[in-house]
Amino acid sequence: MLKVALTQTFPGFSLDIAFEAPAGVTALFGASGAGKTTVVNAVSGLARPDRGRVVAGGAVLLDTAAGVCVPPHRRRIGYVFQEARLFPHLDVRANLMFGARYAPRDATGPDFAKVVEMLGIGALLGRRPATLSGGEKARVAIGRALMSRSRVLLMDEPLAALDAPRRAEILPFLERLRDTGLPVLYISHSVAEVARLADTIICLERGQMRAAGPAATVLADPGLADLFGAAEAGAVIGARIAGPEADGLIRADTAAGPLWLTEAPATPGTAVRLRVHASDVILSRERPAGLSALNILPGTIQRIEEDAQGRAWVQVALGPGEALLARITRRSVGALGLAPGVACHAVLKSVALAREDLGEGR
Amino acid sequence: MGAVNALVHLPLILPPVVTGYALLLTFGRKGPVGAFLDQAFGLVFAFRWTGAALAAAIMGFPLMLRAMRLAIEAVDPRLEAAAATLGAARIAVFARVTLPLILPGVIAGAILAFAKAMGEFGATITFVSNIPGQTRTLPAAIYTALQVPGEEPIAARLAAISVAVALAALFASELVSRRIAARIRGEA
Repeated sequence: MLKVALTQTFPGFSLDIAFEAPAGVTALFGASGAGKTTVVNAVSGLARPDRGRVVAGGAVLLDTAAGVCVPPHRRRIGYVFQEARLFPHLDVRANLMFGARYAPRDATGPDFAKVVEMLGIGALLGRRPATLSGGEKARVAIGRALMSRSRVLLMDEPLAALDAPRRAEILPFLERLRDTGLPVLYISHSVAEVARLADTIICLERGQMRAAGPAATVLADPGLADLFGAAEAGAVIGARIAGPEADGLIRADTAAGPLWLTEAPATPGTAVRLRVHASDVILSRERPAGLSALNILPGTIQRIEEDAQGRAWVQVALGPGEALLARITRRSVGALGLAPGVACHAVLKSVALAREDLGEGR
Repeated sequence: MGAVNALVHLPLILPPVVTGYALLLTFGRKGPVGAFLDQAFGLVFAFRWTGAALAAAIMGFPLMLRAMRLAIEAVDPRLEAAAATLGAARIAVFARVTLPLILPGVIAGAILAFAKAMGEFGATITFVSNIPGQTRTLPAAIYTALQVPGEEPIAARLAAISVAVALAALFASELVSRRIAARIRGEA
Protein backbone atom coordinates (compact mmCIF):
# COMPACT_ATOMS: atom_id res chain seq x y z
CA MET A 1 0.00 0.00 0.00
CA LEU A 2 1.27 3.40 -1.00
CA LYS A 3 -0.26 6.58 0.42
CA VAL A 4 0.57 9.93 -1.12
CA ALA A 5 -0.53 13.46 -0.23
CA LEU A 6 1.23 16.42 -1.83
CA THR A 7 0.91 20.13 -2.33
CA GLN A 8 3.32 22.12 -4.41
CA THR A 9 3.02 25.60 -5.91
CA PHE A 10 4.44 26.31 -9.34
CA PRO A 11 4.32 29.59 -11.23
CA GLY A 12 0.89 29.49 -12.85
CA PHE A 13 -0.51 26.39 -11.22
CA SER A 14 -0.57 24.43 -8.03
CA LEU A 15 -0.51 20.73 -7.36
CA ASP A 16 -2.75 19.35 -4.66
CA ILE A 17 -3.41 15.63 -4.60
CA ALA A 18 -3.98 12.81 -2.15
CA PHE A 19 -4.45 9.17 -3.07
CA GLU A 20 -3.85 5.61 -2.01
CA ALA A 21 -2.47 2.93 -4.29
CA PRO A 22 -3.50 -0.57 -3.19
CA ALA A 23 -1.82 -3.76 -4.36
CA GLY A 24 -2.02 -4.17 -8.11
CA VAL A 25 -1.45 -1.52 -10.73
CA THR A 26 -2.53 2.03 -9.97
CA ALA A 27 -2.36 4.26 -13.01
CA LEU A 28 -1.67 7.94 -12.60
CA PHE A 29 -3.23 9.32 -15.74
CA GLY A 30 -2.89 12.84 -17.04
CA ALA A 31 -1.64 14.99 -19.90
CA SER A 32 1.91 16.30 -19.75
CA GLY A 33 2.11 19.19 -17.34
CA ALA A 34 -0.61 17.73 -15.12
CA GLY A 35 1.91 17.20 -12.31
CA LYS A 36 2.70 13.50 -12.74
CA THR A 37 6.47 14.03 -12.58
CA THR A 38 6.18 15.97 -9.33
CA VAL A 39 4.35 13.03 -7.80
CA VAL A 40 6.95 10.55 -9.03
CA ASN A 41 9.84 12.65 -7.76
CA ALA A 42 8.23 13.11 -4.36
CA VAL A 43 7.64 9.37 -4.01
CA SER A 44 11.12 8.40 -5.21
CA GLY A 45 12.80 11.14 -3.18
CA LEU A 46 14.60 12.65 -6.17
CA ALA A 47 12.91 15.98 -5.48
CA ARG A 48 11.14 17.35 -2.45
CA PRO A 49 7.68 18.93 -2.61
CA ASP A 50 6.64 22.03 -0.64
CA ARG A 51 4.40 20.00 1.61
CA GLY A 52 3.47 16.37 1.61
CA ARG A 53 3.44 12.96 3.16
CA VAL A 54 4.37 9.66 1.53
CA VAL A 55 3.93 6.31 3.26
CA ALA A 56 4.91 3.05 1.57
CA GLY A 57 4.46 -0.36 3.10
CA GLY A 58 4.03 1.16 6.56
CA ALA A 59 7.22 3.24 6.38
CA VAL A 60 7.02 7.03 6.38
CA LEU A 61 9.25 8.18 3.53
CA LEU A 62 8.29 11.83 3.54
CA ASP A 63 6.51 13.98 6.07
CA THR A 64 7.31 17.63 5.62
CA ALA A 65 5.27 18.56 8.70
CA ALA A 66 7.45 16.30 10.86
CA GLY A 67 10.64 17.16 8.99
CA VAL A 68 11.07 13.63 7.65
CA CYS A 69 12.60 13.15 4.21
CA VAL A 70 14.24 9.79 3.68
CA PRO A 71 16.98 9.97 1.01
CA PRO A 72 16.27 8.06 -2.23
CA HIS A 73 18.72 5.24 -1.56
CA ARG A 74 16.97 4.29 1.67
CA ARG A 75 13.39 4.50 0.36
CA ARG A 76 13.34 1.18 -1.46
CA ILE A 77 11.14 2.55 -4.21
CA GLY A 78 11.85 0.74 -7.46
CA TYR A 79 11.89 3.35 -10.19
CA VAL A 80 11.58 2.35 -13.84
CA PHE A 81 12.48 5.42 -15.86
CA GLN A 82 11.13 6.38 -19.24
CA GLU A 83 14.62 6.12 -20.76
CA ALA A 84 15.74 2.81 -19.24
CA ARG A 85 18.85 4.43 -17.67
CA LEU A 86 20.83 1.21 -17.70
CA PHE A 87 24.46 1.48 -16.62
CA PRO A 88 26.42 1.45 -19.89
CA HIS A 89 29.62 0.05 -18.36
CA LEU A 90 27.89 -3.02 -16.91
CA ASP A 91 26.45 -6.02 -18.72
CA VAL A 92 22.82 -7.00 -18.30
CA ARG A 93 23.54 -9.39 -15.44
CA ALA A 94 25.48 -6.76 -13.49
CA ASN A 95 22.75 -4.19 -14.20
CA LEU A 96 20.14 -6.57 -12.80
CA MET A 97 22.22 -7.32 -9.73
CA PHE A 98 23.18 -3.68 -9.09
CA GLY A 99 20.58 -3.05 -6.40
CA ALA A 100 20.36 -6.58 -5.00
CA ARG A 101 23.17 -6.08 -2.49
CA TYR A 102 21.38 -3.14 -0.87
CA ALA A 103 18.12 -5.03 -0.30
CA PRO A 104 17.43 -5.98 3.32
CA ARG A 105 17.98 -9.67 4.01
CA ASP A 106 14.37 -10.24 5.02
CA ALA A 107 12.94 -8.48 1.95
CA THR A 108 10.85 -10.74 -0.24
CA GLY A 109 10.41 -10.73 -3.96
CA PRO A 110 11.09 -12.78 -7.05
CA ASP A 111 14.61 -14.20 -7.20
CA PHE A 112 17.06 -13.71 -10.06
CA ALA A 113 15.96 -16.79 -12.00
CA LYS A 114 12.30 -15.81 -11.68
CA VAL A 115 12.90 -12.23 -12.80
CA VAL A 116 14.94 -13.39 -15.80
CA GLU A 117 12.26 -15.90 -16.76
CA MET A 118 9.36 -13.49 -16.22
CA LEU A 119 10.93 -10.81 -18.41
CA GLY A 120 12.39 -13.18 -20.98
CA ILE A 121 15.91 -11.76 -20.74
CA GLY A 122 17.87 -14.98 -20.22
CA ALA A 123 19.60 -14.65 -23.60
CA LEU A 124 20.72 -11.09 -22.88
CA LEU A 125 22.58 -11.56 -19.59
CA GLY A 126 26.09 -11.24 -21.04
CA ARG A 127 25.32 -8.28 -23.28
CA ARG A 128 25.90 -4.59 -22.79
CA PRO A 129 23.05 -2.06 -22.81
CA ALA A 130 24.37 -0.41 -26.00
CA THR A 131 23.68 -3.59 -27.96
CA LEU A 132 20.07 -3.96 -26.75
CA SER A 133 16.93 -2.84 -28.55
CA GLY A 134 14.62 -0.34 -26.89
CA GLY A 135 12.21 -3.07 -25.80
CA GLU A 136 15.01 -5.20 -24.35
CA LYS A 137 16.35 -2.21 -22.44
CA ALA A 138 12.91 -1.54 -20.97
CA ARG A 139 12.64 -5.14 -19.80
CA VAL A 140 16.08 -5.11 -18.20
CA ALA A 141 15.22 -1.83 -16.46
CA ILE A 142 12.10 -3.42 -14.98
CA GLY A 143 14.13 -6.44 -13.86
CA ARG A 144 16.75 -4.21 -12.27
CA ALA A 145 14.08 -2.41 -10.22
CA LEU A 146 12.52 -5.74 -9.17
CA MET A 147 15.88 -7.12 -8.04
CA SER A 148 16.32 -4.24 -5.61
CA ARG A 149 13.38 -5.71 -3.67
CA SER A 150 11.50 -2.45 -3.51
CA ARG A 151 8.33 -1.82 -1.54
CA VAL A 152 6.64 -0.17 -4.48
CA LEU A 153 7.38 -0.12 -8.18
CA LEU A 154 7.22 3.29 -9.80
CA MET A 155 6.94 3.26 -13.58
CA ASP A 156 7.21 6.62 -15.31
CA GLU A 157 5.84 6.10 -18.81
CA PRO A 158 8.12 3.12 -19.40
CA LEU A 159 6.69 2.63 -22.89
CA ALA A 160 6.51 6.23 -24.08
CA ALA A 161 9.91 6.09 -25.79
CA LEU A 162 9.06 2.91 -27.70
CA ASP A 163 7.33 2.41 -31.03
CA ALA A 164 4.07 0.50 -31.26
CA PRO A 165 5.53 -2.99 -31.95
CA ARG A 166 7.98 -2.61 -29.03
CA ARG A 167 5.14 -1.49 -26.78
CA ALA A 168 3.15 -4.55 -27.75
CA GLU A 169 6.22 -6.63 -26.92
CA ILE A 170 6.53 -5.20 -23.38
CA LEU A 171 2.89 -5.08 -22.30
CA PRO A 172 2.57 -8.81 -21.57
CA PHE A 173 5.60 -8.58 -19.30
CA LEU A 174 4.06 -5.65 -17.45
CA GLU A 175 0.92 -7.71 -16.95
CA ARG A 176 2.97 -10.41 -15.29
CA LEU A 177 4.20 -7.88 -12.75
CA ARG A 178 0.91 -8.16 -10.93
CA ASP A 179 1.84 -11.74 -10.07
CA THR A 180 4.61 -10.38 -7.85
CA GLY A 181 2.04 -8.76 -5.56
CA LEU A 182 3.98 -5.50 -5.59
CA PRO A 183 2.01 -2.25 -5.65
CA VAL A 184 2.80 -0.58 -8.96
CA LEU A 185 2.32 3.13 -9.58
CA TYR A 186 2.12 3.44 -13.34
CA ILE A 187 2.44 6.90 -14.82
CA SER A 188 0.94 7.27 -18.27
CA HIS A 189 -0.89 9.51 -20.66
CA SER A 190 -1.94 6.59 -22.86
CA VAL A 191 -5.55 5.51 -22.40
CA ALA A 192 -4.81 2.19 -24.12
CA GLU A 193 -2.04 1.32 -21.64
CA VAL A 194 -4.10 2.39 -18.67
CA ALA A 195 -7.15 0.44 -19.86
CA ARG A 196 -5.02 -2.64 -20.29
CA LEU A 197 -2.94 -2.54 -17.12
CA ALA A 198 -4.64 -0.57 -14.40
CA ASP A 199 -6.67 -1.91 -11.52
CA THR A 200 -7.10 1.57 -10.09
CA ILE A 201 -7.00 4.83 -12.03
CA ILE A 202 -6.20 8.28 -10.70
CA CYS A 203 -6.81 11.14 -13.11
CA LEU A 204 -4.75 14.28 -12.77
CA GLU A 205 -5.64 17.53 -14.45
CA ARG A 206 -3.58 20.69 -14.02
CA GLY A 207 -2.34 19.55 -10.64
CA GLN A 208 -5.72 18.54 -9.29
CA MET A 209 -7.30 15.12 -8.95
CA ARG A 210 -10.23 14.86 -11.30
CA ALA A 211 -11.23 11.26 -10.52
CA ALA A 212 -10.00 8.18 -8.71
CA GLY A 213 -11.36 4.69 -8.43
CA PRO A 214 -11.45 1.19 -9.90
CA ALA A 215 -10.44 1.14 -13.57
CA ALA A 216 -13.81 -0.14 -14.83
CA THR A 217 -15.69 2.64 -13.01
CA VAL A 218 -13.40 5.49 -14.08
CA LEU A 219 -13.20 4.40 -17.72
CA ALA A 220 -17.00 4.05 -17.96
CA ASP A 221 -17.62 7.49 -16.46
CA PRO A 222 -19.30 9.64 -19.16
CA GLY A 223 -18.21 12.81 -17.34
CA LEU A 224 -14.54 11.98 -17.89
CA ALA A 225 -14.69 11.39 -21.64
CA ASP A 226 -13.13 14.78 -22.41
CA LEU A 227 -10.14 13.82 -20.26
CA PHE A 228 -9.50 10.58 -22.13
CA GLY A 229 -10.28 12.15 -25.50
CA ALA A 230 -13.14 11.54 -27.91
CA ALA A 231 -11.21 8.92 -29.89
CA GLU A 232 -9.84 6.97 -26.94
CA ALA A 233 -12.63 7.08 -24.39
CA GLY A 234 -14.24 3.72 -23.76
CA ALA A 235 -15.10 1.27 -21.04
CA VAL A 236 -13.56 -2.04 -20.09
CA ILE A 237 -15.77 -4.98 -19.25
CA GLY A 238 -15.00 -8.32 -17.71
CA ALA A 239 -15.74 -11.59 -19.46
CA ARG A 240 -14.99 -15.28 -19.14
CA ILE A 241 -13.96 -17.35 -22.15
CA ALA A 242 -16.47 -20.10 -22.91
CA GLY A 243 -14.42 -21.60 -25.70
CA PRO A 244 -13.97 -21.71 -29.46
CA GLU A 245 -16.91 -22.48 -31.71
CA ALA A 246 -17.09 -24.43 -34.98
CA ASP A 247 -16.46 -21.37 -37.21
CA GLY A 248 -13.38 -20.30 -35.22
CA LEU A 249 -14.97 -17.47 -33.24
CA ILE A 250 -14.38 -17.57 -29.52
CA ARG A 251 -17.30 -17.07 -27.22
CA ALA A 252 -16.84 -14.92 -24.11
CA ASP A 253 -19.59 -14.52 -21.52
CA THR A 254 -20.16 -11.06 -20.03
CA ALA A 255 -22.56 -9.95 -17.32
CA ALA A 256 -25.14 -9.09 -20.00
CA GLY A 257 -24.69 -11.99 -22.41
CA PRO A 258 -22.25 -13.60 -24.80
CA LEU A 259 -19.82 -11.89 -27.16
CA TRP A 260 -17.89 -13.50 -30.00
CA LEU A 261 -14.28 -12.58 -30.44
CA THR A 262 -11.86 -13.27 -33.26
CA GLU A 263 -8.70 -12.95 -31.22
CA ALA A 264 -8.78 -14.29 -27.69
CA PRO A 265 -7.29 -17.07 -25.62
CA ALA A 266 -9.17 -20.29 -26.40
CA THR A 267 -8.86 -21.84 -22.94
CA PRO A 268 -12.35 -22.05 -21.42
CA GLY A 269 -12.65 -20.36 -18.06
CA THR A 270 -9.97 -17.70 -18.73
CA ALA A 271 -11.02 -14.36 -17.29
CA VAL A 272 -10.39 -11.51 -19.70
CA ARG A 273 -10.82 -7.78 -19.79
CA LEU A 274 -12.34 -6.36 -22.94
CA ARG A 275 -11.96 -2.80 -24.11
CA VAL A 276 -14.75 -1.22 -26.08
CA HIS A 277 -14.17 2.23 -27.56
CA ALA A 278 -17.13 4.53 -26.98
CA SER A 279 -17.08 5.41 -30.67
CA ASP A 280 -17.56 1.71 -31.54
CA VAL A 281 -20.86 1.43 -29.69
CA ILE A 282 -24.24 1.99 -31.39
CA LEU A 283 -27.36 2.24 -29.25
CA SER A 284 -30.78 0.92 -30.21
CA ARG A 285 -34.06 0.92 -28.31
CA GLU A 286 -35.18 -2.38 -29.92
CA ARG A 287 -33.04 -5.46 -30.36
CA PRO A 288 -31.74 -4.82 -33.87
CA ALA A 289 -32.24 -7.41 -36.59
CA GLY A 290 -30.63 -7.72 -40.00
CA LEU A 291 -27.28 -6.33 -38.86
CA SER A 292 -23.88 -7.75 -39.68
CA ALA A 293 -22.71 -6.92 -36.17
CA LEU A 294 -22.67 -10.02 -34.00
CA ASN A 295 -22.09 -8.51 -30.64
CA ILE A 296 -25.19 -7.00 -29.13
CA LEU A 297 -25.61 -6.61 -25.37
CA PRO A 298 -28.80 -5.51 -23.55
CA GLY A 299 -28.42 -2.91 -20.82
CA THR A 300 -29.93 0.01 -19.00
CA ILE A 301 -28.93 3.63 -19.46
CA GLN A 302 -27.42 4.99 -16.29
CA ARG A 303 -26.01 8.41 -17.09
CA ILE A 304 -25.84 10.78 -20.05
CA GLU A 305 -23.34 13.63 -20.30
CA GLU A 306 -23.54 16.04 -23.20
CA ASP A 307 -20.63 18.14 -24.43
CA ALA A 308 -20.34 21.40 -26.34
CA GLN A 309 -19.55 19.66 -29.63
CA GLY A 310 -23.02 18.11 -29.84
CA ARG A 311 -21.85 14.76 -28.58
CA ALA A 312 -23.51 12.74 -25.86
CA TRP A 313 -21.64 10.22 -23.73
CA VAL A 314 -23.98 7.50 -22.55
CA GLN A 315 -23.19 5.03 -19.81
CA VAL A 316 -25.01 1.72 -20.24
CA ALA A 317 -25.09 -0.59 -17.22
CA LEU A 318 -24.69 -4.26 -18.09
CA GLY A 319 -24.68 -5.72 -14.61
CA PRO A 320 -23.23 -5.07 -11.18
CA GLY A 321 -20.07 -2.98 -11.62
CA GLU A 322 -20.10 -3.52 -15.39
CA ALA A 323 -20.90 -0.72 -17.80
CA LEU A 324 -20.27 0.35 -21.37
CA LEU A 325 -19.68 3.85 -22.63
CA ALA A 326 -21.23 4.93 -25.91
CA ARG A 327 -20.48 8.06 -27.92
CA ILE A 328 -23.53 9.21 -29.85
CA THR A 329 -24.97 12.58 -30.87
CA ARG A 330 -27.26 14.76 -28.80
CA ARG A 331 -29.70 14.60 -31.69
CA SER A 332 -29.87 10.79 -31.36
CA VAL A 333 -30.45 11.10 -27.63
CA GLY A 334 -33.48 13.23 -28.37
CA ALA A 335 -34.71 11.16 -31.32
CA LEU A 336 -34.52 7.87 -29.42
CA GLY A 337 -35.80 9.34 -26.18
CA LEU A 338 -32.79 8.09 -24.26
CA ALA A 339 -32.72 8.90 -20.57
CA PRO A 340 -31.43 7.28 -17.39
CA GLY A 341 -33.42 4.13 -16.62
CA VAL A 342 -34.32 3.42 -20.25
CA ALA A 343 -33.53 -0.10 -21.49
CA CYS A 344 -31.54 -0.32 -24.70
CA HIS A 345 -29.29 -2.54 -26.77
CA ALA A 346 -25.63 -1.77 -27.35
CA VAL A 347 -24.25 -2.87 -30.73
CA LEU A 348 -20.49 -3.29 -30.47
CA LYS A 349 -18.71 -2.71 -33.78
CA SER A 350 -15.41 -3.83 -32.38
CA VAL A 351 -14.28 -5.47 -29.17
CA ALA A 352 -10.61 -5.69 -28.28
CA LEU A 353 -9.05 -7.95 -25.76
CA ALA A 354 -7.48 -5.67 -23.18
CA ARG A 355 -5.88 -8.32 -21.05
CA GLU A 356 -5.85 -11.93 -20.01
CA ASP A 357 -5.63 -13.74 -16.73
CA LEU A 358 -7.48 -11.36 -14.52
CA GLY A 359 -7.75 -14.07 -11.93
CA GLU A 360 -10.65 -13.95 -9.57
CA GLY A 361 -13.18 -11.21 -10.25
CA ARG A 362 -11.55 -8.08 -11.62
CA MET B 1 36.00 26.47 -3.85
CA GLY B 2 36.89 29.42 -6.09
CA ALA B 3 40.11 30.21 -4.24
CA VAL B 4 41.26 26.58 -4.17
CA ASN B 5 40.40 26.27 -7.85
CA ALA B 6 42.44 29.37 -8.72
CA LEU B 7 45.39 28.23 -6.59
CA VAL B 8 45.47 24.79 -8.22
CA HIS B 9 45.32 26.30 -11.68
CA LEU B 10 47.96 28.98 -11.06
CA PRO B 11 50.92 26.80 -12.17
CA LEU B 12 49.25 26.50 -15.55
CA ILE B 13 49.45 30.24 -16.23
CA LEU B 14 52.35 31.50 -14.08
CA PRO B 15 55.89 31.49 -15.47
CA PRO B 16 57.33 28.17 -14.20
CA VAL B 17 60.20 30.02 -12.54
CA VAL B 18 57.67 31.91 -10.41
CA THR B 19 56.00 28.65 -9.40
CA GLY B 20 59.41 27.24 -8.48
CA TYR B 21 60.20 30.34 -6.43
CA ALA B 22 56.84 30.04 -4.64
CA LEU B 23 57.60 26.38 -3.90
CA LEU B 24 60.98 27.37 -2.51
CA LEU B 25 59.34 29.95 -0.23
CA THR B 26 56.66 27.50 0.96
CA PHE B 27 58.33 24.10 0.95
CA GLY B 28 61.95 25.20 1.43
CA ARG B 29 63.80 24.38 4.68
CA LYS B 30 62.72 27.71 6.15
CA GLY B 31 59.34 27.89 4.47
CA PRO B 32 56.29 27.43 6.73
CA VAL B 33 55.15 24.12 5.23
CA GLY B 34 58.67 22.81 4.57
CA ALA B 35 59.83 23.50 8.14
CA PHE B 36 56.77 21.80 9.58
CA LEU B 37 57.07 18.69 7.40
CA ASP B 38 60.78 18.45 8.23
CA GLN B 39 60.19 18.60 11.99
CA ALA B 40 57.05 16.47 12.07
CA PHE B 41 57.89 13.74 9.55
CA GLY B 42 61.51 14.31 8.60
CA LEU B 43 60.32 15.01 5.09
CA VAL B 44 62.63 17.38 3.20
CA PHE B 45 61.86 18.77 -0.24
CA ALA B 46 64.54 21.37 -0.78
CA PHE B 47 67.28 20.18 -3.14
CA ARG B 48 66.14 16.55 -2.95
CA TRP B 49 64.51 14.32 -5.54
CA THR B 50 61.31 14.60 -3.48
CA GLY B 51 61.26 18.30 -4.33
CA ALA B 52 61.60 17.52 -8.03
CA ALA B 53 58.67 15.12 -7.74
CA LEU B 54 56.62 17.75 -5.91
CA ALA B 55 57.36 20.37 -8.56
CA ALA B 56 56.39 17.92 -11.32
CA ALA B 57 53.14 17.06 -9.51
CA ILE B 58 52.21 20.70 -8.94
CA MET B 59 52.87 21.55 -12.58
CA GLY B 60 51.00 18.53 -13.95
CA PHE B 61 48.03 18.50 -11.62
CA PRO B 62 45.93 21.26 -13.24
CA LEU B 63 46.03 19.43 -16.57
CA MET B 64 44.86 16.22 -14.95
CA LEU B 65 42.19 18.12 -13.05
CA ARG B 66 40.80 19.68 -16.21
CA ALA B 67 40.60 16.33 -17.99
CA MET B 68 38.86 14.78 -14.97
CA ARG B 69 36.42 17.62 -14.66
CA LEU B 70 35.43 17.32 -18.32
CA ALA B 71 34.88 13.59 -17.78
CA ILE B 72 32.77 14.14 -14.67
CA GLU B 73 30.65 16.75 -16.41
CA ALA B 74 30.01 14.25 -19.21
CA VAL B 75 28.53 11.70 -16.81
CA ASP B 76 24.75 11.61 -17.08
CA PRO B 77 23.42 12.61 -13.64
CA ARG B 78 20.29 10.60 -14.40
CA LEU B 79 22.37 7.43 -14.16
CA GLU B 80 23.52 8.48 -10.71
CA ALA B 81 19.91 9.17 -9.70
CA ALA B 82 18.94 5.73 -10.99
CA ALA B 83 21.69 4.16 -8.88
CA ALA B 84 20.38 6.00 -5.81
CA THR B 85 16.84 4.65 -6.34
CA LEU B 86 18.36 1.16 -6.44
CA GLY B 87 19.69 1.65 -2.93
CA ALA B 88 23.23 2.91 -3.50
CA ALA B 89 24.45 5.60 -1.09
CA ARG B 90 26.53 8.49 -2.46
CA ILE B 91 29.89 6.79 -2.01
CA ALA B 92 28.61 3.61 -3.64
CA VAL B 93 27.18 5.63 -6.55
CA PHE B 94 30.59 7.22 -7.06
CA ALA B 95 32.50 3.94 -6.83
CA ARG B 96 30.15 1.85 -8.98
CA VAL B 97 28.82 4.35 -11.51
CA THR B 98 30.69 7.65 -11.64
CA LEU B 99 34.26 6.37 -11.34
CA PRO B 100 34.00 3.65 -13.99
CA LEU B 101 32.40 6.15 -16.36
CA ILE B 102 35.09 8.82 -15.91
CA LEU B 103 38.00 6.36 -16.05
CA PRO B 104 39.00 7.22 -19.64
CA GLY B 105 39.15 10.89 -18.68
CA VAL B 106 41.20 10.14 -15.58
CA ILE B 107 43.69 8.09 -17.59
CA ALA B 108 43.94 10.67 -20.35
CA GLY B 109 44.48 13.35 -17.72
CA ALA B 110 47.13 11.30 -15.94
CA ILE B 111 49.09 10.77 -19.15
CA LEU B 112 48.84 14.46 -19.99
CA ALA B 113 50.09 15.35 -16.52
CA PHE B 114 52.90 12.81 -16.88
CA ALA B 115 54.03 14.35 -20.17
CA LYS B 116 53.89 17.83 -18.70
CA ALA B 117 55.82 16.70 -15.61
CA MET B 118 58.49 15.03 -17.72
CA GLY B 119 59.10 18.22 -19.65
CA GLU B 120 59.03 20.42 -16.55
CA PHE B 121 62.17 22.51 -16.32
CA GLY B 122 61.75 26.02 -14.90
CA ALA B 123 59.98 25.29 -11.62
CA THR B 124 62.16 22.27 -10.87
CA ILE B 125 65.47 23.99 -11.46
CA THR B 126 64.36 27.01 -9.44
CA PHE B 127 63.08 24.91 -6.53
CA VAL B 128 65.61 22.07 -6.23
CA SER B 129 68.43 23.18 -8.57
CA ASN B 130 70.20 20.71 -10.85
CA ILE B 131 72.16 18.29 -8.67
CA PRO B 132 73.53 15.25 -10.51
CA GLY B 133 72.02 12.01 -9.26
CA GLN B 134 69.64 13.92 -7.02
CA THR B 135 67.49 16.50 -8.79
CA ARG B 136 68.71 16.39 -12.37
CA THR B 137 65.65 15.70 -14.48
CA LEU B 138 65.75 14.77 -18.14
CA PRO B 139 65.32 18.36 -19.44
CA ALA B 140 67.86 19.60 -16.91
CA ALA B 141 70.32 16.93 -18.08
CA ILE B 142 69.82 17.95 -21.71
CA TYR B 143 70.33 21.58 -20.80
CA THR B 144 73.50 20.74 -18.85
CA ALA B 145 74.90 18.64 -21.67
CA LEU B 146 74.37 21.50 -24.07
CA GLN B 147 76.37 23.83 -21.83
CA VAL B 148 79.48 21.62 -22.05
CA PRO B 149 81.42 21.67 -25.34
CA GLY B 150 81.59 18.23 -26.95
CA GLU B 151 78.68 16.73 -25.01
CA GLU B 152 76.17 17.46 -27.71
CA PRO B 153 75.83 13.76 -28.63
CA ILE B 154 74.72 13.09 -25.04
CA ALA B 155 72.11 15.83 -25.35
CA ALA B 156 70.90 14.33 -28.60
CA ARG B 157 70.57 10.85 -27.07
CA LEU B 158 68.68 12.24 -24.07
CA ALA B 159 66.43 14.21 -26.40
CA ALA B 160 65.71 11.04 -28.38
CA ILE B 161 64.84 9.20 -25.16
CA SER B 162 62.44 11.95 -24.10
CA VAL B 163 60.76 11.93 -27.51
CA ALA B 164 60.38 8.13 -27.31
CA VAL B 165 58.94 8.17 -23.80
CA ALA B 166 56.52 10.97 -24.65
CA LEU B 167 55.28 9.24 -27.78
CA ALA B 168 54.91 5.91 -25.97
CA ALA B 169 52.89 7.60 -23.25
CA LEU B 170 50.68 9.29 -25.81
CA PHE B 171 49.97 6.07 -27.69
CA ALA B 172 49.40 4.14 -24.47
CA SER B 173 46.91 6.69 -23.19
CA GLU B 174 45.10 6.80 -26.50
CA LEU B 175 44.87 3.02 -26.59
CA VAL B 176 43.79 2.57 -22.98
CA SER B 177 41.19 5.32 -22.91
CA ARG B 178 39.79 4.25 -26.28
CA ARG B 179 39.42 0.69 -25.05
CA ILE B 180 37.77 1.74 -21.82
CA ALA B 181 35.47 4.15 -23.61
CA ALA B 182 34.45 1.38 -26.01
CA ARG B 183 33.78 -0.93 -23.10
CA ILE B 184 31.66 1.71 -21.42
CA ARG B 185 29.70 2.29 -24.60
CA GLY B 186 29.18 -1.44 -24.65
CA GLU B 187 31.05 -2.25 -27.84
CA ALA B 188 33.49 -4.71 -26.33
